[in-house]
Amino acid sequence: MRWFFPVVLLGLLLAFPPIAAATGLDFYQGLLTKIMVYALAASSLNLILGYGGMVSFGHAAYFGLGAYTVAILMREGITSAWVIWAAAVGLSALLAFLIGVISLRTRGVYFIMITLAFAQMIYYLVISFKQYGGEDGLRARRPEFGFFELNDTTLYYLTLGVLLAALYLMHRLVHSRFGRVLQAIRENESRALALGYPVFRFQLVAFVLAGATAGLAGVLMAHYTQYVSPSLLAWQQSGHLMMMVILGGVGQFWGGVLGAAVLSLVEEVLQDLTIHWQLGVGVILLFIVLFAPRGLAGLLRRKV
Amino acid sequence: MPPTLFVEQVLNGFQFGLMLFLLAAGLTLVLGIMDTINLAHGSLYMIGAYLTATLVGATGNFWLAVPLAVLGTALVGMLLELSVLRQLYRRDHLSQVLATFALILIINEVVRMIWGSQPLLLSTPEGLSGPVEILPGLYYPAFRLVIIGVGLLVALLLFWLVNRTKVGMWLRAGASNREMAQAMGVPIKPLFTLLFGVGAGLSAVAGAFLGPILAVQIGMGESILILAFVVIVIGGIGSIKGALVGALLVGLVDTAGRAFLPLLLSQVASPEVASNLGPALASILIYLLMAVVLFLRPQGLFPVRT
Repeated sequence: MRWFFPVVLLGLLLAFPPIAAATGLDFYQGLLTKIMVYALAASSLNLILGYGGMVSFGHAAYFGLGAYTVAILMREGITSAWVIWAAAVGLSALLAFLIGVISLRTRGVYFIMITLAFAQMIYYLVISFKQYGGEDGLRARRPEFGFFELNDTTLYYLTLGVLLAALYLMHRLVHSRFGRVLQAIRENESRALALGYPVFRFQLVAFVLAGATAGLAGVLMAHYTQYVSPSLLAWQQSGHLMMMVILGGVGQFWGGVLGAAVLSLVEEVLQDLTIHWQLGVGVILLFIVLFAPRGLAGLLRRKV
Repeated sequence: MPPTLFVEQVLNGFQFGLMLFLLAAGLTLVLGIMDTINLAHGSLYMIGAYLTATLVGATGNFWLAVPLAVLGTALVGMLLELSVLRQLYRRDHLSQVLATFALILIINEVVRMIWGSQPLLLSTPEGLSGPVEILPGLYYPAFRLVIIGVGLLVALLLFWLVNRTKVGMWLRAGASNREMAQAMGVPIKPLFTLLFGVGAGLSAVAGAFLGPILAVQIGMGESILILAFVVIVIGGIGSIKGALVGALLVGLVDTAGRAFLPLLLSQVASPEVASNLGPALASILIYLLMAVVLFLRPQGLFPVRT
């Protein structure tokens, strides 16, 4: 029965756009796209945060860089989606590599703060480039894939496809030798070191993979909103992604997906109810941290 | 470059650095002694500024409003410690980051409910709004001089408290080895609550005096909080001396960078490049500084634990 629920969910997700078109629920198709984008970004953070034990407080930097790459390249007249995707993922990976090489020398609080500081650097850099919108942000037109046109529905399926592929790869990764070593490092770094594992290299590879994936999520976000703004890179965005991971379950495979879905839905509902919706989000988050530290996935697992 | 401009910018940097120190001092002690990351420290700074603005409105006297606001913020801080933060001491850093991130969201919304979304007006106290001639031909705002004075005074008081009193001795013992300090009979629990109140009060002082210069608005505590974290990471977590050195360094580098980098660049590069790159470089200068310090000394300039 373990496969039953996922298969039904996948069927529903695949069938949703035609149903939405027929019943006028287009809004929810957009919401689902957004949730899947966040699921991808949160899962990438969960890889280093949950499986690697690296509390990175700067994940928005890669997310935002991916999104900005789309907007800037389109602005400069490069409209091939393939070039844009490759550039965005490549740049995010490069940024993660540079940040990782320096940050992974530090531990604990220092690591949290230095990743935050680097993300702030990117944030202020982007704001200061006035020709790319500065604080106002920038329009991000949708690029051309060639054999299909990118509209709301194809983007939905594209995002679903990317998310599934990424989750499959991540599943393979965390159950591979690499993933086991990564978790061993999280549990006891000096022991992993004593066993002869190149701890730094393992962590750096995971860090770069997570950064590149977050960059890809940023690309999809830019395709979804068709607009990028510095808020994508702000430290609140990093906190938002961390919130999703802890809400869903740190180091639980479905944690990122579950957290992205639940938090996005909760925000959507609260925003309809009150302008003080952030108060509700804050209270929920506080309760989760204090009373359910293993997140929703942990709660579900305990019941089964 | 005229020398008066240079002196003025150095004074600005010094003044900003001292205010950063007031924020960073509480933060570094909480982090060093309780091993607890408190992102909501910036919210206490915001509360301090809001209380000051409100009390100035009610009493009409800045110098009466500030001590009351500091006291009020200290009480809020101690309440926060008793209700939420106390639960977090034994938890990992991730939980602390997220719980205090949640506190930021909550406090921001509560402030919005009480005071509304519009920024509050907090003007410089009367008699201090004009400039003073501190050197022949150099006029400097009187209020900023007062800030420097207050900052120095509070810093001295804090050093006296930490280095010369019994409570300070307990604090230093707790920072270097909490378990051992506890075993030697240091009353950790009330000490933590008190320390939290002091940290909140210090950040309220910064909020009260920076309020008239910057703006009293929601979210004002967040950008400055990140700067305060940069300060304590550069200085070494748990070290008051490190916080002071780090704060002055960050204050001076940030102010000097914003003032002089575009000027310097315009002499070596084309005006177009300079006007683009100058502000960009200036805004990331302190983060570069932090990255360099951490790259060379991963434990900061004045590491407390060895």
